[in-house]
Amino acid sequence: MPQKISFTSSALLACLLLLVGCSKEVTDVSQQFPALNPARTDINAGTWKTILLTAPDEVAVAAPAAPTGPDYTAQINEIKSVQAAMKANDKEALQYWSAGAVLRWNELTRQLVAKYNLPPVNNADGLYPAPDANNPLAYPYFPFSNPPYAARAYAYISAATYDALVACYHYKKLYNRAAPYNVNTTVQALVPTSDLPSFPSEDATVAGVMWEMMKLLFPGEQAFVQNKINEHLQSRLASGANVRSDLDAGYALGRAVALKFVARARADRAGQAAGSLLIEDGMRQATIARGEVPWISQESPKRPGMLMHFGRVRTWNFDSATLVAIRPPAPPSTNSPQFKQELEEIYNFAKNPSREQIRIAQFWADGVGTYTPPGHWNAIACEDFVSMQLSEVRWARNLALLNTAMMDAAIACWDAKYTYFNPRPFQMDNRIKTVVGLPNFPSYTSGHSTFSGSAATVLSYLNSKRQSDYEAMAQEASVSRMYGAIHYRSDCEQGLVCGNRVGGFSVERGKADGAGL
Amino acid sequence: MQHIRMGILCLLLCATHSLQAQMDIDALFMGKGQLCTGPMYMHNSWKNYWEGTLKRDNPNLGTVTTQSISLMGMYGIRKNVAVFYNLPYVITNPSAGQWKGQRGFQDGSLWLKYKPVTKQLGKTQLSVIGLLGVSTPLSNYSKDMLPFSIGMGSTNGHARLMVDVIRNKWFATASMTYVLRSNARLDRTAYYTTQMHYSNEVAMPDVTQWNLRLGYRTNKMVAEAVLDNMTTQGGFDMTRNNMPFISNRMNATRVGVHFKQEEVGLKPLTVLAGGNYTIAGRNMGQSTTLYAGLAWIFQFGKNNNTKK
Repeated sequence: MPQKISFTSSALLACLLLLVGCSKEVTDVSQQFPALNPARTDINAGTWKTILLTAPDEVAVAAPAAPTGPDYTAQINEIKSVQAAMKANDKEALQYWSAGAVLRWNELTRQLVAKYNLPPVNNADGLYPAPDANNPLAYPYFPFSNPPYAARAYAYISAATYDALVACYHYKKLYNRAAPYNVNTTVQALVPTSDLPSFPSEDATVAGVMWEMMKLLFPGEQAFVQNKINEHLQSRLASGANVRSDLDAGYALGRAVALKFVARARADRAGQAAGSLLIEDGMRQATIARGEVPWISQESPKRPGMLMHFGRVRTWNFDSATLVAIRPPAPPSTNSPQFKQELEEIYNFAKNPSREQIRIAQFWADGVGTYTPPGHWNAIACEDFVSMQLSEVRWARNLALLNTAMMDAAIACWDAKYTYFNPRPFQMDNRIKTVVGLPNFPSYTSGHSTFSGSAATVLSYLNSKRQSDYEAMAQEASVSRMYGAIHYRSDCEQGLVCGNRVGGFSVERGKADGAGL
Repeated sequence: MQHIRMGILCLLLCATHSLQAQMDIDALFMGKGQLCTGPMYMHNSWKNYWEGTLKRDNPNLGTVTTQSISLMGMYGIRKNVAVFYNLPYVITNPSAGQWKGQRGFQDGSLWLKYKPVTKQLGKTQLSVIGLLGVSTPLSNYSKDMLPFSIGMGSTNGHARLMVDVIRNKWFATASMTYVLRSNARLDRTAYYTTQMHYSNEVAMPDVTQWNLRLGYRTNKMVAEAVLDNMTTQGGFDMTRNNMPFISNRMNATRVGVHFKQEEVGLKPLTVLAGGNYTIAGRNMGQSTTLYAGLAWIFQFGKNNNTKK
C-alpha cells in the first residue's frame, strides 16, 4: 500500500509541477513580425495613380535643408542623444514599430474596431440609444464599429494612407535627401537600412494620416492615438532612420492629405445610414406587398435593423449605377419549395452540428467584440504581406485595394439586404438554434460571403501564388454561416458571387494604378 | 477511535462553468480498501448576472441552466489517505433567444487527499488535511460560447489546505485552495481582451478559493452550512453588453447547505443532497444550485474498518 500511495502522490505531484512549469505566455503572431526590410524601395511610387489626390504634389512640401550645416548637425545630435538614452521599453517600442508603419496602424485600427464593436444595450423604455459622434465617451460609446462601420474605417484609413504615401514618395524622389544613418556614419542604424530618401518620413506621413482619420472614426480614443503616435515617431528618431525635419514634414503631409478623405467621409452618406423605425416599417410593408415574409428583429426588445441605409453610401471602385447592376438577383421566395428546402438544410445543420462545423463557424464568426470579418481579412492579408517584404507605399496600396473593395462589398451587400428584406432561418423556424451570434439585419445576402469574396479576389491579384488558398478561405468563411445556422445557402452563394464581382473592380483599379506587382 | 466509514465526500459545489469540478471539500475519509462511487445530478440556473460589477438580466438569454450528471468516486488507500475522481457530463441551455445550448463531457478530475495530523485536545479533535488535484477537459468542447460553453478548457492543478475541528459531533471545516490554470485554446486565431491578441491561446488567470463549513456530523450523517468564495487572480471585466470570455475576472461568493445520510434502507447506500446560492459575484451568473446523489460503498480486501 505505501508504494501505491507514493505512486499516486508522485503522479499527482508530477502533474502539478508540469502545470507550474508551463508559463502563461502566449505566442502572439503579431509580436513575431520582423523589422521591415523591403525587397524593393519603390522609389518611383510618386507616379502611382492616387485615389482622391489630383496630383502627388497637390499638398505642397517645402524643400528640406541640405544634410550639411548646423541645423542638420543638431538634428543628428538629437538622434544620438535619443539613442544614448534608450531604455528597455524604448527598445521594445523600436522593435515593435520597425515591423512597419502601415502594418502597425492597421493592427491598431483592428484593435479599436474590436473594442468598439458592441451593440448598445436598450434603455428602460425598450428603445435603443444611438451613439453620438459628438459625445463619444458617453454611453452608448461612439462608434458601434459593426462590420459595415469597420469596413468603412479600414477603407478610409487605407485609402488615405495610400494617397499620402504616394505624395510622400513623390517628394522623397524630388528632394532626394538621404537617411541620417547614410549621411552620418556615427549614427547607428537600429533598423534595416535602405537607400530610400528619408525626407519626408513615410512613418510620420502614416502617423499624420492616422491622427486625422482616428479623430473622425474613433473620436473617443485621441489620447490613446496620440500616445501611439508619439511612441511611433520617437522610435523612428531612435532607429537612426529619420531626423526631426523628416518627421515634421511627413506628419504635416499626412494630415493634409487625410483631410481630403475626412471631407469625403463626411459627405459619403454614412451619417444617414442608421435609418429609423419608420423607414424600417416602410421596407417591411413593401416586402409584404410583394407577397414575401419580411425580416423581423429577433432580439428582445426588438432592435432596429443595423444601418438600413448603408447601401446608399458612396462606393470607391464603381458608381451607383453599377451598384444596381451588380445587385444579386432576388432570393428564393419565402413561399417557394426552394426556400423550404434551404430552410430544411439549415435546420439539419443546426440540429446536431459536428465539432468541425462548430470550429469553422467560430473561426470565421468575427462577431461582437471582434475586429469583424473585414478585420479578419486584414489580419490574413498582413501576415502574407509581411512575408512579401513590401515597401511602406506598397503595403498601403495593397491594403487600399483590399479595404476599398471590402467597403464596397459592405455597401453592395447592405443594398441587397434591405432591398429584399429577407427573414433569418431562426425567424422562419425557431427550432433553428445557432452556435454564433444572430446578426440583427436581413438575411440575404451573407455579409461574410460578400466580404470574403471581395477580399479573396483582391488578394488573389496581389499574391497570385496563394489564389487557391484565398478562394478556399472565402468558401469556408461563406459556408461557416450555414454551419452557424444564421444563413441559407442562397445567401452565401450569391454573397460570394457578388463579392467576387466587387473585388474585380478593385483589381481593375490596381491594374491601372501604375504600381504593377 | 471512532470507526471511520464515512461514505462519499465529493460535492460538486462550483457548478457554474465549473472552473473545477470541486471534489472533496470536507474533512472525511473512506475506510481502507473501500470504494464509494455513484452518480450525482446537479441543476444550476441564473437569470441575473454581473457584467463586470454591474448586475443585469438579459431577455436574449432568459434563464441560463446548466445541468450535470457526474460519476464520482473515492477510494480509501489508508484511513487517512484517499484518491477520488469526478467525471461530469454537462448540458447548458438558455430559456430565451436563439443560442444553442451545448453538451458534452466536461473536465475530469483526480485528487489525492491526505491527513497527516490528527490531534485530540480534550474533547476536541483537530485535523489538518492536504489535497492535490488535477482537472482537465475530457472532450474537445468549444470554449468560445460562454455562457453556453460547458467549460473553460484549461488544465488545472489544485492545491488545498484544510483544517477541521470537531467537538461533540459539532464541527467546523475551513479550507483554502489555489488553482493553477494552463492556457486554453480557442477555435479562432485572434481575440480581444483589453487589447488584441493574435493567437488561439488564452492565458488563464489563476483562481483562489476559500470554503467554510459548520455543522453536525456523526458516523452516518452530515448536515452543514457552507460559505464559499472563489476569486480570479487577474482577468478582465466584461465590457458593456459584451459576451463573457474565459479569461474574465470571475468571482463568486456563495452560501449553501449540504446533507449526507449513510445506510439509507440498504447498508452500503448513501444519499447526499444540497444546494447553494450566489450572494455576490463578478462576470458570473447569480446562480442557484441544487444537487442530489447516490453512492454505493464497496469493500475490497479485508474489512478491518469497523473495529475500534
